[in-house]
Amino acid sequence: MAIRTQPVTVNLGPQHPSTHGVFRMRVMFDGEEIVDVEPVFGYLHRGSEKLAEERTYTQIVTLTDRMDYVSSMLNNQAYILAVEKLAGIEPSPRGVWLRMIASELQRIASHLVATGFLLQDLGALGTPLIYAMRERENILDMFEMLCGARITNSYLRPGGVFMDAPSEFWPALDRGLNDIVNTIDELETYLSGNEIVFSRTKGTAVLPKELLINASITGPMLRASGVDWDLRHRAPYDYYDRISFERKLHTASDNYARYWVRVQEARESVKIIRQCIEQIEPGEVRPSFDDVPRLIRPPVGDAYAAIEGSKGELGFYLVSDGGIAPYRMHVRASSLINLTLLRDMLIGGQFGDLFVTFGSVDLNMGEVDR
Amino acid sequence: MTTVWSGNALAEAIEAFAPGSVESSAGTDVWLKPESISTVCEGLKTRSEFKFDLLSSLTAVDYIDHFEVVYHLTSLPMNASAVLKSRVGHGRTEASIASVVPIWRGADYQEREVWDLMGIRFDGHPNHKRIMLWEGYPGHPLRKDYVTYDQSIASTAPGAAGSQEGAE
Repeated sequence: MAIRTQPVTVNLGPQHPSTHGVFRMRVMFDGEEIVDVEPVFGYLHRGSEKLAEERTYTQIVTLTDRMDYVSSMLNNQAYILAVEKLAGIEPSPRGVWLRMIASELQRIASHLVATGFLLQDLGALGTPLIYAMRERENILDMFEMLCGARITNSYLRPGGVFMDAPSEFWPALDRGLNDIVNTIDELETYLSGNEIVFSRTKGTAVLPKELLINASITGPMLRASGVDWDLRHRAPYDYYDRISFERKLHTASDNYARYWVRVQEARESVKIIRQCIEQIEPGEVRPSFDDVPRLIRPPVGDAYAAIEGSKGELGFYLVSDGGIAPYRMHVRASSLINLTLLRDMLIGGQFGDLFVTFGSVDLNMGEVDR
Repeated sequence: MTTVWSGNALAEAIEAFAPGSVESSAGTDVWLKPESISTVCEGLKTRSEFKFDLLSSLTAVDYIDHFEVVYHLTSLPMNASAVLKSRVGHGRTEASIASVVPIWRGADYQEREVWDLMGIRFDGHPNHKRIMLWEGYPGHPLRKDYVTYDQSIASTAPGAAGSQEGAE
């Protein structure tokens, strides 16, 4: 005889340790099974796009830091590329190499955070997260050497970066890259072939690739379904056309595949940084203030520039009316758009998989709500 | 490297399968008539010469006398990109356009965001609700005529231009 159950609606968040910020969901359960999910956004909405309309192009760099606050350098880069496209600024080569190094370090840090917290959500309390955070700490130390700030860097400027790397940065970077590879090896030894990780993540929240593309989902989530789409390769910006790297693909499109792709991408980023170090040459890190003044007045028009962020396609759409502040700024936030299929991933699943699936999406509430 | 469709070439290609849908074109942009957006997007997604299977970005701009909805499309198989625009709400009347959620599900949250912050209605959206702000929030903040909190204080402060006390 079947046991009669009654659906129960549970409110999760916004203050919940596993929602990676202030995310809220109304979830309806039937026993252990999820029957309905309704995400509620906006708890961290600060109106960045409106604020940008009253700031100069250089000042807005500080706003972009605070969007996805675990990948500030990547936000800076996407924004700066849009400004350079809009105003027709030719960047300085050394500045471009430096910002590529910075953004790849940031990608490693972001993927480590995603991996560490995913394992925390899986119940591996503490240890993997501490390992991941220790490596991220080294990267933040390197950012401190580059620009004096650890999280909200504001390192990039239109045309390059605002300051050259100090001499002690290069040996620290070399040591740091070796440490990162060692940490990833350690993590992988214990986790990538771990029976418990397998049984909890394999075959859960599987998404077909046609659906992922239709829902505009990009980044590691898309590559975990076997679609070879990486903007660094398909639409190279900065000097990515002079870099060779492998795109790591997985075909399962489940929670394990998304975890695996991030770990492998962190390894590839180390290789990219090594190539940047080989190719960087001395020179100015940004054009002179005669060429690129502090108050930039781009010609009337609009520009959209996108980069491969740590979470997917991160794009900035800028409209200029010829003034010193943009007429309109829009951020194509990959964290928000990657949540489009949250219902499809969760409904029909078990309560225990909810936060694992949520962690495997890798979102940042600063970027979701802006 | 991604091929970027030029506005004129794309306009010509769109006219070939949906006559009378293009308003104008320049640079990399094509301006479509709002009523034909569904037909054109469906064609751009399914026809073999375009295959725009991914909607990169959907947003809107307030140009005072009208609004402009901007679509950035990407084709994964062709590695191509295109920009579509459509002018709605002339004279700041009721602004609305057909939803593209039936074509690309990726438009779901983006259209809700445009409705929430810019106040453009998307007909046929399956869940047409605000996303960032709460139901009942006054106005749409990204509109150019929206008075921010700071501005509202500045205009009523003693001595401020336009305030009653300052005028006396």
